[in-house]
Amino acid sequence: MSSRNAILDSLRKSVVPPASRPAPMIGTRYADPLKQFEETLTAVGGRLVRGGDLASLDVYANAPKVASLVPGVPSRNVDLHAIQDPHELDGVDVAVIPGEFGVAENGAVWVPGEILAPHRAIFVIAQHLILVVPSDQIVDNLHQAYERIQWRPNSFGILISGPSKTADIEQSLVMGAHGARSCTVILVAQ
Amino acid sequence: MTGHAEKAAAFAANESRTHWHDESLWFVRVKRDRQAASIPEWEALREAASAIKTHTLSRLADYLEEFERNATANGIHVHWARDAAEHNAIVHQILASHNVTRLVKSKSMLTEECHLNPYLEARGIEVTDTDLGERIVQLRKEPPSHIVLPAIHLKKEDIGELFHIELGTEKGASDPKYLTEAARGHLRSKFMEAQAGLTGVNFAVAETGGVVVCTNEGNADMGTSLPPLHIACMGMEKLIPRAEDLAVFLRLLARSGTGQPVTTYTSHFNGPLPGGEMHVVIVDNGRSRILGQPTFRSSLGCIRCGACMNTCPVYRRSGGYSYGYIVPGPIGSILAPQRDPEKYASLPFASSLCGSCTDVCPVKIDLHQQLLAFRKKLVDLKVVPLQKRLGMAGLGFVLSRPWLYRMSGSLLRAVMPVLPRGLVYGAWNRWGVQRELPAMPKESFRDLIGKELS
Repeated sequence: MSSRNAILDSLRKSVVPPASRPAPMIGTRYADPLKQFEETLTAVGGRLVRGGDLASLDVYANAPKVASLVPGVPSRNVDLHAIQDPHELDGVDVAVIPGEFGVAENGAVWVPGEILAPHRAIFVIAQHLILVVPSDQIVDNLHQAYERIQWRPNSFGILISGPSKTADIEQSLVMGAHGARSCTVILVAQ
Repeated sequence: MTGHAEKAAAFAANESRTHWHDESLWFVRVKRDRQAASIPEWEALREAASAIKTHTLSRLADYLEEFERNATANGIHVHWARDAAEHNAIVHQILASHNVTRLVKSKSMLTEECHLNPYLEARGIEVTDTDLGERIVQLRKEPPSHIVLPAIHLKKEDIGELFHIELGTEKGASDPKYLTEAARGHLRSKFMEAQAGLTGVNFAVAETGGVVVCTNEGNADMGTSLPPLHIACMGMEKLIPRAEDLAVFLRLLARSGTGQPVTTYTSHFNGPLPGGEMHVVIVDNGRSRILGQPTFRSSLGCIRCGACMNTCPVYRRSGGYSYGYIVPGPIGSILAPQRDPEKYASLPFASSLCGSCTDVCPVKIDLHQQLLAFRKKLVDLKVVPLQKRLGMAGLGFVLSRPWLYRMSGSLLRAVMPVLPRGLVYGAWNRWGVQRELPAMPKESFRDLIGKELS
């Protein structure tokens, strides 16, 4: 018998009493989700900027290599579509990426994989990350978030909450473990 | 064979370091409390998480088949492994067929359980653990001492010294920021050279046929978005039915584990990279046996957050290595003896049964009840030390005979005060090593009540 069938058989041999699924949760709503989003994002080491003036952001303005996936924001010294091998993205200073929505309770931004094409690695390999999110697209909590997400076959998607971090050395929090050293979320009016 | 108590005594011999270890973990527990308190529906969330796990376990085979169907439709290759040996062979076969000689891994307790690293290394594959804490213990040739904080037992000076030797950092440098930066550079070169990435699985979703991996560092994403080959290894209890269930578990996981509202990266892999390959290895390795035991079944609901370790007064003061199993602390003390009751017989006793683990568990596993139940099981299996068994048998004999109990009481009250200390606190009295017996009362409670009533 294959291992697959042996495992499934042994599971089915166990008599486990039936148990029903619990009712869906509603979750906390915030009086001002935007304010909550900003507070949480700041607490996890990120930064919120209201308004779309990228040029005034130091992290963007002074970056030699910028890869942008946001329409209307030009890349600088990087041509994502000309690159064949994602390893060549090592050395990109800033990635500017559109996020679909933000989550107030945990400061996370949902980025569907399609947005990251042609190279999924861009969000994690860049030294700094700028996420551009429509200001009216902030949900309260993860229950609402998962209601919104559309699952396509063979896809990828990621929630990003702040910059890459570690506290593996004596519980000292350090930003920039492997991924982005900083994470700026820009809220833009739609 | 040395059990938990002996290894804990060796750890606790360094008093200041034990105190520091205790405080470090308590700090994480306090952060957890703050996060839990920030969610008014926290208890309802725990209830929901527990109910979802109970439901999933009630029809695990069906959900695994649903997962396999949907994963296959996503272009994922699904493999099944009955035990650790089969798991390791499958992973090696996938790597060998792609001529992989350099593998990067993000955290996976399952691969630790299966001892995958030495298996692959013996077959010529360089394995790099890329979680910073895991890389630290890998360079020290040690296992992790905690499932979420692998290097929690080390001081920054220890790591500075290690990095000086291994990565060429400045001698004597121990600033965490400096050391982390050095590790970032070192590990980035490993990511650039790797031909495949292996990850664990926090959650596998039957409905979508995908897996979810949570990290703060981004190492799982580096390891799966640069090389074209991704292998995800999961214990079969990682399954949840629907994507909406992720909300419940993700709201609990990081808050319980590290006191964060969510991990930095929550990556949903529902298929391979364009032009790449993705494999999921589903592992039993003793889990189906636990499913058949009503008392211990709910331990399969564990989401490996580490909260029970952080809060455990025994873990905090004895360190992860005192357990001698890859998952330490309260949950490990239930899982380890499932695997080998004799070898891990001391673990269910490495608890004060205070119940703090049960109170913080995000999926409401009745950890301290299971620890107690396991003690009974171990006594029945006769794998508990003879001294403990004889002591319990003697006590049982006396307590079940009221006349003998009364007689022993009056005898001890008379004799104990005049016995030489050396005799009372002799080597046989393990209980008295760090404790003083209370002074013997002149009269028993029975005597007092008798007088009161007469």
